[in-house]
Amino acid sequence: MFLANLVSSNPWLESLVRLGVVGVLLPLSVIILSWLERKVLGRLQVRLGPMRVGPYGVLQGVADTVKLLTKEDLRPQTADRWTFELAPFVIVVPVIMAIVALPFTADLFVRNLALGLFYIIAVTSLSIVGFVMAGWGSDNKYALLGGVRAGAQLISYEIPLVMAIVAVAMLGQTLNLNAIVALQDDTPFIAYQPLAFLLFTIAGLAELYRQPFDIPVAESEVVGGPFVEYSGIRWSMFQMGEFVSMVLISILGSLIFLGGWIWPFNGDIGPLGQAALMSVKTFAFILFFMWMRGSMPRLRIDQMMSLCWQLLLPFAFLQIIINGLVLVYDWPDWTLSVLSGAGALAAVYLIYRAARQQGVTYEPAVTGRQRVGSVL
Amino acid sequence: MTYEEGIFYLVAAITVIGALGVVLARNIVHSALFLILSLLAVAGIFILLAAEFLAIVQVLIYGGAVTILILFAMMLTRVRETPAAVDGPQRPVAALAAAAFMATSILAVVSTEWPGNTEKINVISLDQIGRALFTTWAVPFEIASLVLIVALVGAIVLARGEEGE
Repeated sequence: MFLANLVSSNPWLESLVRLGVVGVLLPLSVIILSWLERKVLGRLQVRLGPMRVGPYGVLQGVADTVKLLTKEDLRPQTADRWTFELAPFVIVVPVIMAIVALPFTADLFVRNLALGLFYIIAVTSLSIVGFVMAGWGSDNKYALLGGVRAGAQLISYEIPLVMAIVAVAMLGQTLNLNAIVALQDDTPFIAYQPLAFLLFTIAGLAELYRQPFDIPVAESEVVGGPFVEYSGIRWSMFQMGEFVSMVLISILGSLIFLGGWIWPFNGDIGPLGQAALMSVKTFAFILFFMWMRGSMPRLRIDQMMSLCWQLLLPFAFLQIIINGLVLVYDWPDWTLSVLSGAGALAAVYLIYRAARQQGVTYEPAVTGRQRVGSVL
Repeated sequence: MTYEEGIFYLVAAITVIGALGVVLARNIVHSALFLILSLLAVAGIFILLAAEFLAIVQVLIYGGAVTILILFAMMLTRVRETPAAVDGPQRPVAALAAAAFMATSILAVVSTEWPGNTEKINVISLDQIGRALFTTWAVPFEIASLVLIVALVGAIVLARGEEGE
């Protein structure tokens, strides 16, 4: 009790303890997720995945961690020293800073910020600097190409992602994540905003630079992109940044679209029930991201850019206009669901049509409005 | 010295170090990275002044977007093979101009009559900012959007023109 009083009376100690909890939990979850991902991908490809270390290979993550920590930390002779060595930190630190503002249940959070949603968007956008630094600092053509690709992709997909989140903020009239969850006590926002949810999931997947949006790190094109020259602990920090971002997007998605920790049938389920509910929703997102990785082929860079600018962005604006109309003219709630649902169907149809256009002859000459890789 | 003062001096020092790095770094990419450091530290000063919204906007726009575009453009040039043009015959003139500007700024700060010590900072909520921006200041806001649209359309026209249609 004395310790608890000491900690809560001193803001510095309190912050340190809260950060310490995050600092222990994150690497742990990364170890578990990296094992889980290999297992899930294994099942999707009809093989077993890691089986040797521990029962069902559960200790594989620990073994990998030990291996990565003891590996030599190489730096190319011509690399730009400080840029090269600081880049992994610039990627990981913003993601951890964003996690700090993310509530997990009604009582379990590090900091509840009034501008939480906006803060998370702003801070995660700093990671892009890290990719660009890693790409340029390595003094390697592939790394540079990967860094440029990462910058282009992450900046582009940030816009539909933010617009989808803006749609939620319009509906909730607040940027406080706890308040947004509290508003979804009977209906989660996905029922009102299916289009925003679709855009959030696609843009979120692209922000994680995982398949099918993995051109920044594509092995067969840029041999690992910005990470090509990294090894040992610095490489594992990139890995950590990737998995923690995945957790971040998953928790954020379950909070703002799936109703967070609120039990929809009017009942208090207690802190344990809330944590369980959140875990289920978060894992649904994580498994979806892994499933996509196992099933989708990689997009070409022009296809990826067209998807973002020709499809996701206009539909994001459509969602915002729908929300504006419904909110200003006080139309009933169901109109929101119907209009947004129709928009979501249209978006799915356009993606489906673009995906089926296989075998379309590649025409270098630009003819009219139809361009290579266009989804329109 | 209170916590706030300690943090202020730390953040201010980072801002100044970042700014010095921008002008003193021999490598132009390093200058851009120092610029990010400096701009982020300014966001820290905004937080100390209880202007959280402004701080987040600073991080989002200057930390995450503007400097990335600068870096992006520089990465595609062969920075390492081009020596940085930091020495030139204009050096003494530049030093003189910089010193004159700094003296004027310091003079302006020292001679201004600051309106007393503030006991408490008025925290302005996001709600009030939004209301002011979209009602009282709606016209400047719209003009700013228009300027951005013009820039965007102009960029597209320029980029398409090179394809020789």
